Order: sequence, then C-alpha cells, then structure tokens
Amino acid sequence: MTFPFLSIFKNNRFPSWIPAVWLLWTGLHTWVATEMGYNLRVAAIESLTYNLLLAFAAVLLINILKYYTPGKGRYINLIALTMAISFIWYVSSRSILYALFNNETVSENFWGNEYTILIPIAFLILGCVALVFVLMGTMEDRELQIHQKADAEKLAREAELFRLQQQLQPHFLFNSLNSISALVGTDPVLARKMIQQLSEFLRGTLKKDDQQQIPLQEELRQLSLYLDIEKIRFGHRLQTEIKISESAIDSLIPALLLQPIVENAIKFGLYDTTGDVFIQIHANKENNQLHITVSNPFDAETASPTRGTGFGLASVQRRLYLLFGRNDILQTMAKDNQFITTIIIPQHD
Amino acid sequence: MIKAIIIDDERLARVLVKEYLSDHTDIEIKAECNDGFEGLKAIQEYQPDLIFLDIQMPKINGFEMLELIDKPPAVIFTTAFDEFAIKAFDNHAVDYLLKPFSKDRFDKALEKWRVLFERKENPPGLTQVMEAVSHSQIQRERIVVKSGSSIIVIPVDDILYLEAADDFVKIHTRKGHWLKNKTMAHFEQQLDASKFIRVHRSYIVNISEITRLDPYEKDSHILLLKSGEKIPVSKTGMVKLKEVLS
Repeated sequence: MTFPFLSIFKNNRFPSWIPAVWLLWTGLHTWVATEMGYNLRVAAIESLTYNLLLAFAAVLLINILKYYTPGKGRYINLIALTMAISFIWYVSSRSILYALFNNETVSENFWGNEYTILIPIAFLILGCVALVFVLMGTMEDRELQIHQKADAEKLAREAELFRLQQQLQPHFLFNSLNSISALVGTDPVLARKMIQQLSEFLRGTLKKDDQQQIPLQEELRQLSLYLDIEKIRFGHRLQTEIKISESAIDSLIPALLLQPIVENAIKFGLYDTTGDVFIQIHANKENNQLHITVSNPFDAETASPTRGTGFGLASVQRRLYLLFGRNDILQTMAKDNQFITTIIIPQHD
Repeated sequence: MIKAIIIDDERLARVLVKEYLSDHTDIEIKAECNDGFEGLKAIQEYQPDLIFLDIQMPKINGFEMLELIDKPPAVIFTTAFDEFAIKAFDNHAVDYLLKPFSKDRFDKALEKWRVLFERKENPPGLTQVMEAVSHSQIQRERIVVKSGSSIIVIPVDDILYLEAADDFVKIHTRKGHWLKNKTMAHFEQQLDASKFIRVHRSYIVNISEITRLDPYEKDSHILLLKSGEKIPVSKTGMVKLKEVLS
C-alpha cells in the first residue's frame, strides 16, 4: 500500500517550498539554454530531463542515507556517494537526451559539452541535500534522546514517589489490627470505632495524588485519624498537642507529608524513652512560607543525635527533594532531650 | 501451675494474650510488663516457664532483653515484625506469632511448647536464636550490657574500641568500660563494617576515633585514638585498615 521509496514525502517532513524551488531552477535552466542558442522546445525538454532526473537522484540519495548514516568524521564517504550519484545522473540524463534527439540538436557527441558545468552543479545540489538531511537526522536523534531522557526521568520520579508513599509502615497496620482483635473481646464498640478510623485513614492514604498540594487543614484531618489510632494503641503514654496559627490553616502542603514525620517522632519518642511521650505539632506562616515543627522527647544518653532518625525521615527528605528540587526543606535538631523536625514549605500566592 | 509472663509495650496486645490464655487454666500469668526492663525484673523474680515476648519495645528490644539473661526461659515471640525478618530464626524459637494472630494459631504455639515442656526438653536454644538474629540484616545500633543491677544502653557510635578479655569483650567508651560475654567474632560480624574494623586479634576499633597511625617495630603498627589510647595493629589488621581508609 505504501511506497517506501517516497516515504520521505510523508509526515510533513517534506517542505512544500522545494517543488517551487525546483520549478524555478528548471525555468532558469531553460532560460540559460535558450540564451545559449537552443530553441525553446529543445531547451525545455533538456532542462526537464536533467532536473527530473536530478530530483529522482536526490530522493535516491535520501533513501540511501536513511539506511546508511555516515559515522562521525566519515563525511568523505558522503562526498564519494554524492559524486557517484552525480555521475550516474549525468550519464542517465545524457542517455535519455541522446535517444530523444538522436544526436541531432543537443550536442554533437554523447558526452556533450556541459558536463564540466553540470556535474559539479549536480554534485553541489546533491551534496547540500545530503548534508541537510544528515544534519536534520542528527538533530532529530538528539531531540528524541532528550525527550526519552526526560520521559524516563519523569517515570522514575513518579515510580519513586509512588514507592515512597507506599512505605506506610506495615508495622502500624498489623499492630493496629492486633489492637482491634483485642478490643473485639473487651470493648466491641471501641473495636468498631477503631476499624472505622483505620479504614478512613487508609482510604485517605490511597486516594491522594503524591504530587498534589493540599491545604494544611486537610492534611491535619488525615493526621488526626492517624493520631487517634496510635492513641488507642499506646493509651496514656502518647499525648499530642496541635497548634496551628490562623494564617497557616490554608497554606498548601504536599499530601501525606506530615504523617510520616509525626510517625517518626512517635516511634522515636516511644521507643527511645519508657515514660510518657508528648508530641507537639506547631505550624505558622512567616514571610510567605509555611513553618511546621514536630517535636518529640528522646534520651540524649542513648540516642546519639548524629545517628540517622530511621528510614522515615530519609524518605520524606527524598520526596521533598523530588518535589521542590531542594534539600533544605526538612531540618532536624536535638535540644534538651527534645528532637525537633522542622519543615519550611514555600507558598506561591 | 505453669508460670508465664507477658512482655509487650501495647496494653491491648497484652489483653489479647491474656484472653487467649484464659482457656488454659493450668497457666498462671505472673506478670505483665511494659518493656524490657520490667520484663527482666519479673523474670528474675518469678523464674517463669514461658514468656510471651514482643520484639519492638522501648529502649531495649526483645532480643536485647534476652541477651541479658543467663538462662532465658522458653520464649514465644509475638510481633508484627515482617515474616521475612523473622524467618531467619524460624527453627530456633519455640514459636513466633505474627500479629494479628488467631486463637487457633496461639493454641498451636502453646501446644508446641507443651510437648517440649512435658518431655523436659530444653527449649530450642536461645543462643541459636540470637545467632540467627545476628546473621539476619538487623544491624546493631546499640549494645545493652548489665552492670551490677543496672542496665546500660550503649549506642554503637559511643564505642571507642572493643578489647578481648578472656571469655568477655570489654567495651570502651568515653564514660568507662563494660564487659559483655560475647566473642570478638560476634561483634566483628554485628557491627557496621564501614564504621568498625578489627585491627588486631584482640581489638576492634571505631574508625571515626582514629587520629594517627604510627609504625611500631617491624610488621606492626600502633593506632592513636582521639581519646589518647594506643591500640596495636597486626599485619592483617593493617591490610584491612588500608582498605577502609583509602
């Protein structure tokens, strides 16, 4: 159905001005021939023959180049190829003209007198065509590469964000289910409530788009579901305080960012001390930036602040880097047995 | 009566074990403990036949607690640890229950223990459990030692160096030194190899504490630590040192 030889004319890759240039060139050729003394009919036929075949040669050359691209610095091959085609073109054109005019009018012998001019001209034209084609090909390749690279990076980033989001601690889920199992025996009403809270929490983590920014208020709703469940698990040991300034409530924050930070704080607090654990979450807006601090107690004797704070924050850090391209959004410090995690999120309005 | 102790930092988790145990009228729950410290005290006080032990607990985890007991009782682990991590000691504990577990599964674990108990067989060696744990990917972040009646938690970053001392290993920190009845090989394997290096048959050194390396006699060197101690380096230790420091 398709004609591969002419496939270069498809896909809008064939500039429409080329036929116009070809017509102009053929006209010019005819005019030059009449100026040289040929009558118009002969000049036109001669010019058409030469130039139709030249167009054919150009298409042939492009088709060859589609399957053979000279490597870097191998342009000598390109020159040789163009030369050979120019020569073949001239011989074919002359053969046709020789047959048409039977050696009467065009010239006295087969070779004619014009080859010293026509072969170099054909060589130059075909050379230009070849060069443009090769350069265009290289540029297209590069563009394709850039596109592919960008696509690959985007995919990798999305996949990574997805994975980071999935790292919701299975510990939390299984321990919560175990608590529910215990409550079924002792307090079925509370068991049912906890199932409902856990479901709502899970639904919240599932529906969020990781790249999406949501109002702090919405994020806090999700967080409080999480905290309620943890409070049932750990009872009086876990106490929390959430203080949000009026101005910060509408600020935007990447969805599901706070939960892993608070989870880390709770774990750090609960597993590093044996007493009650007081978790403070404060947020306010300053200079068009949302400042959030999460603090938890820890034992400076046994936890060296130099030590990483576990997987939790590393993945948050990575996620913030992917979203903002910055490494300074999340910072931690230890002071007087308090471990404080700070995030500063730029606001755009 | 069979004496049992439940050690878990979550009250509801203990409630569940208690409820599951209520059918087994020959088992008496002697104590319920919130963490490893309480667990240690209760074990010393009651000498239980069986303990139900959570792994992830405040300050010291279940394994670290067991390490501190000379003759640990039979253990059934109750944990939300993922299966992959716990498979490592599949064959060594009496049993382990993955939270949330069913009554049937719980009864099976108890049955398994009863068979061993009635045959007066020792529970599968806990030392083996510990070995298995040390072979798994759970890396040491701290070392728990007993000093008199108190328990000391040493973050690995605080360790200056370890020194072999007969059947013990002497753990040196800026605050003093403690003994632990483990082998040098045990620590060499458990400590992060990018932070600790065995420079001598009798010495493992925290790399970040090294300040100078001087030649000493032929074929041997001596390390100067920031804290002023001098540590001998053997020929093979030197090879390892060069590898890490380069």
